[in-house]
Amino acid sequence: MTDASIHLKAETEVALAAASDLRAWDAVRVSVLGKAGRLTALLKELGRLPPEVRRERGVGLNRLRDELTAAIEARRQALDAAALDARLAAERIDPTLPPRPRPAGLIHPISRTADEIIAIFGAMGFSVAEGPDVETDWHNFGALNIPGHHPARADHDTFYLPAIGDAPPPVLRTHTSPVQIRTMLEQAPPIRVIAMGRTYRADHDATHSPMFHQCEGLVIDRAITLGHLKGCVTDFLRAFFGLSGLPVRFRASYFPFTEPSMEVDIGWNRRTGELGGGGDWLEILGSGMVHPRVLANCGIDPRQWQGFAFGMGVERITMLKGNIADLRPFFDSDIRWLRHHGANPLAPATLHERA
Amino acid sequence: MKFTLSWLRAHLDTDAALARITDTLTAIGLELESVEDRGAALAPFRIAHVLDATPHPNADRLRVCTVETGGETVTVVCGAPNARRGMKAVFAPPGSVIPATGTVLKVGEIRGVQSAGMLVSARELALGEDHTGIIELPEEAPLGVPYAAWLGLDDPVIDIAVTPNRGDALAVRGVARDLAAAGIGTLRPWNPEPVEGGFPSPVGWRIDWPEACPWVLGRTVRNLRNGPSPQWLQERLAAIGLRPINALVDITNFLTIDLGRPLHVFDADKVTGGALAMRRGAGETFRALNGRDCTVTDEDCVIADAAGVQSLAGVMGGAATGSDEATRSVFVECALFDPVRVALTGRRHGIISDARQRFERGIDPALLAPGLQAATRMILECCGGEPSAVAAAGHEPRWQRSASLRFARLRELGGADVPPDEAVGALQRLGFTVEARDAERVTVAVPSWRNDVEAILRNYTADPGLRSDLNAETGLLDQAPALSPAHRREVAEACAQTEPEYDLIEEVLRLRGLDTVPPVSLPQAEPVPPPALTAAQSRTALVRRTLAAEGLAECVTFSFLPSATAALFGPAPSALRLVNPIAADLDQLRPTPVATLALAAARNAARGQPDLGLFEIGPAFAPEQPQGQHLVAAGLRTGATPRNWAAPARPIDAMDAKADLWGALTAAGAPLEGLTVTADAPGFYHSGRSGVVRQGRVALGTFGELHPRLVAALDLPAPAVVFELLLDAVPEPKRRKRAAADLSPLQPVRRDFAFLVGAEVAAETLLRAARGAERGLIAGVTLFDVFAGGGLPDGQKSIGIEVVFQPRDRTLTDAEIDAAAAKVVAAVAKATGGVLRSSS
Repeated sequence: MTDASIHLKAETEVALAAASDLRAWDAVRVSVLGKAGRLTALLKELGRLPPEVRRERGVGLNRLRDELTAAIEARRQALDAAALDARLAAERIDPTLPPRPRPAGLIHPISRTADEIIAIFGAMGFSVAEGPDVETDWHNFGALNIPGHHPARADHDTFYLPAIGDAPPPVLRTHTSPVQIRTMLEQAPPIRVIAMGRTYRADHDATHSPMFHQCEGLVIDRAITLGHLKGCVTDFLRAFFGLSGLPVRFRASYFPFTEPSMEVDIGWNRRTGELGGGGDWLEILGSGMVHPRVLANCGIDPRQWQGFAFGMGVERITMLKGNIADLRPFFDSDIRWLRHHGANPLAPATLHERA
Repeated sequence: MKFTLSWLRAHLDTDAALARITDTLTAIGLELESVEDRGAALAPFRIAHVLDATPHPNADRLRVCTVETGGETVTVVCGAPNARRGMKAVFAPPGSVIPATGTVLKVGEIRGVQSAGMLVSARELALGEDHTGIIELPEEAPLGVPYAAWLGLDDPVIDIAVTPNRGDALAVRGVARDLAAAGIGTLRPWNPEPVEGGFPSPVGWRIDWPEACPWVLGRTVRNLRNGPSPQWLQERLAAIGLRPINALVDITNFLTIDLGRPLHVFDADKVTGGALAMRRGAGETFRALNGRDCTVTDEDCVIADAAGVQSLAGVMGGAATGSDEATRSVFVECALFDPVRVALTGRRHGIISDARQRFERGIDPALLAPGLQAATRMILECCGGEPSAVAAAGHEPRWQRSASLRFARLRELGGADVPPDEAVGALQRLGFTVEARDAERVTVAVPSWRNDVEAILRNYTADPGLRSDLNAETGLLDQAPALSPAHRREVAEACAQTEPEYDLIEEVLRLRGLDTVPPVSLPQAEPVPPPALTAAQSRTALVRRTLAAEGLAECVTFSFLPSATAALFGPAPSALRLVNPIAADLDQLRPTPVATLALAAARNAARGQPDLGLFEIGPAFAPEQPQGQHLVAAGLRTGATPRNWAAPARPIDAMDAKADLWGALTAAGAPLEGLTVTADAPGFYHSGRSGVVRQGRVALGTFGELHPRLVAALDLPAPAVVFELLLDAVPEPKRRKRAAADLSPLQPVRRDFAFLVGAEVAAETLLRAARGAERGLIAGVTLFDVFAGGGLPDGQKSIGIEVVFQPRDRTLTDAEIDAAAAKVVAAVAKATGGVLRSSS
């Protein structure tokens, strides 16, 4: 290696180390490798040398060129990395700042329960039927074997609207059972429906609201027995509360539109409110085999068709499952209560995912 | 219905434990409401004899008593000043729990003397405040007998809920019969010996209205002495909360509860004219036994003498002819009234009585004569006197009927394999008698007291006047008017055939216990069930989730609100005003959920929550019949957007409501491209900041700011914006095959345009014109700027849009793009008169 080469290498290395930014680095690069650069000048000199010297010098210069090129490139990368580090440092944010607010709404507990009920009964082959809140006396009472003087009417605390003409006054439906009647009139058996919605009774205290929600089920087929009623209701209650061993008790009762009729209790602990054990019973649902008079009122032949019906309070099972103590806030729309008890709109109510 | 255990045992021979009895009651449909057993806590405490009492060797105030407890003799150290030799006292053995303190008594040593128990005070037993000394009992108090039993406190009071079909269970005897049939003990025989009358009754009956009262018995008892009833009777009534009054009244009350046989006694000396008539009321006013005046109508059956109305039949007697301590002669009424008539009369006059409760559920028509005999016997026992012969009018209606049960149906309907012998046995224990039986079925006679089994019109109502609203052909049915007469008859006949069997199956299963029916999961008609929701229902669910995801909190508000508030939101017709609202502020069905959401927002604002977003999917009511109810998704936002470091808060405005509505419309599957917005929202909206979204002429939804007057009236935070989506109005999307996605491989070209248009030009007009300028090429138009003022001429505004040209098969040339842009400019100019300010 010639003296010139040795100098060039040493001086270039010093110059590169001194180049603290890309501009200085570029000046070094041009001064060495540029058209007028020092390495370029040395290479140009090669042509003037005798061939035997040229060959040996050429190999040396080429190696020098490779070394300088690599050193220059390495320096550039180092400068780039430093520049990026400096930029990142300059761009630092406070990651503990609160996130930008995103809209966060929620689903009312009653709708959430409705979704869960539909998911479970949907899996059992039920579809969802609907009817109006303002009903005729016949749909709400007469067709359901509750004539005008029936003592059961006194239990219903019915809201009335002004009568139109000679017809009995319209009522706010006192239960979802009129949807059974509408379904049987519109649809030939076999029938497997649930009906959910607003119901109304003139009662207002800590445990009663003048408006509340019921869910009704109706199954009509040829060979449906009281055993199926028990199985269906038990399957539902255990799925809904997520307790496969939930004790379920059936006891004889009376409703005008079913026979035999049964009240359904679930096992719980009255003191702690915990479901499943504790030795106490909590009434949760009314049920029974559809009364032949109700079938006949809807034009269905009770010799050929039979089935069962049940009804439950949506708020009640919501309160039990969600550990909600008081009924009244359901309808008060207090945003604090809604945020506390409301459900994520994207939470699935299907059976294969746990909410 | 309340009764005591001892009362029940008067009819039921059983030694079953109380818990077994009450569990059985609940299981067979006579649901236990409560049981009050005051004796349970007192069970360990027995009557004891203090044989000796000497001073304690180591304490001045204590005595060492030798106590005979009725089995053993123990030593008890006692501090009571009244403890003395020879007295009868109450002994608490070791291990017993002292009711007042809850402490468990132990054998202990008191100052060196062992004490094996305690003599207790009334306060320690929680029976009173007396703690001056131990309880002192009279000499004759029986040694070793439980103190509670001797006091009569060991008789638990049982309260059951009787369902409307079980009039027979509104009697202690009826309850006893059911329990015996369910395997709890045996029903004691009851057969009151007839009492012969010595003279014709000076008061007689006349039935002027046989439909309301088919049969009545009565008799006079004279020369009696009315006074307090015997102690046992007073205690029995008092235990169930009936105040003892006098012997005659107590006897009728007793038999009402005991047999379910309401009776009435008239003071015979106060009855005018020697005859009591069952007749229609005629507008008279009389004073009932509850002290209230009652004006009867011609739909009420009354009992009247020559002086006027003396009783509201089956509901309540009258004060004028009532019995009191001075009564010397009574006329006992024992009648059969039409159940429906009694129910309607009771409701009309707002009177709830033990008699009405039983008559309206139907009483045992075969119990009139025995009931009257039992009453006579009790009157003679308690008050003395001489009975007359029985006076009667009308006749016993034919209540006899039979019902059949095919044994297979117990499995086919009841889901239970019940051996025929067991089924027949259950029915027999309930009082049904077998008329015929073979391998397949049994036919039984229905007992007189079970009017809920094989119910027939004539035991339902004897009164043809009340049947007019029932279809005479189909008896108890109330069939859908739309059914053809032939169809009605056919299913009515089917019902008449099947119903008695249902009744009998119910009886057998009820007694057996419904828990014995094995549960069977519903068989699936298809391996994977069909969708549970219709397309419209699914759409509603999606709208709900979408609105919640947009930041609104779902509410469920009442369907009714104050009519004055409803009127702020549109017409509040009287057709939608409740006749009997529960409160004056819940009287009108809402015209829109926006109304009740606004009230909810006002409540939240009053609680310091002015910035919020709420929505509800629920009914809006309109008076049209029958389609007067619409499903509406409504939302409301008030106040400002949330404050945060990244962007300042800004007031909510009408376009926020439009965005909510658009989200809901998208979720509902409305054809967004085809929608137009008009500025004719209802009057509760701000007239300048609201719009109606229409598909063609049909309004699908409304949005905008609430009218400032309404915001002020409801104390709402300003601004308040709302939207309504009429879910029923959104057409169901047509089911057609989805087209393949159009994914051009070519880059789209974007051009910005700024137009100067008149201030009144609707943005939608301009956008529509731009979109339509070159249909095959323009893939989208976005409005990115609206600007007025500055250097623009008055009455003009600038609208900036971005147009996306999407080439299909080859890259566009500059000339082609310029041509398309020129078409956009021309189309906008034509539609709006706007001129191009710039394009890029």
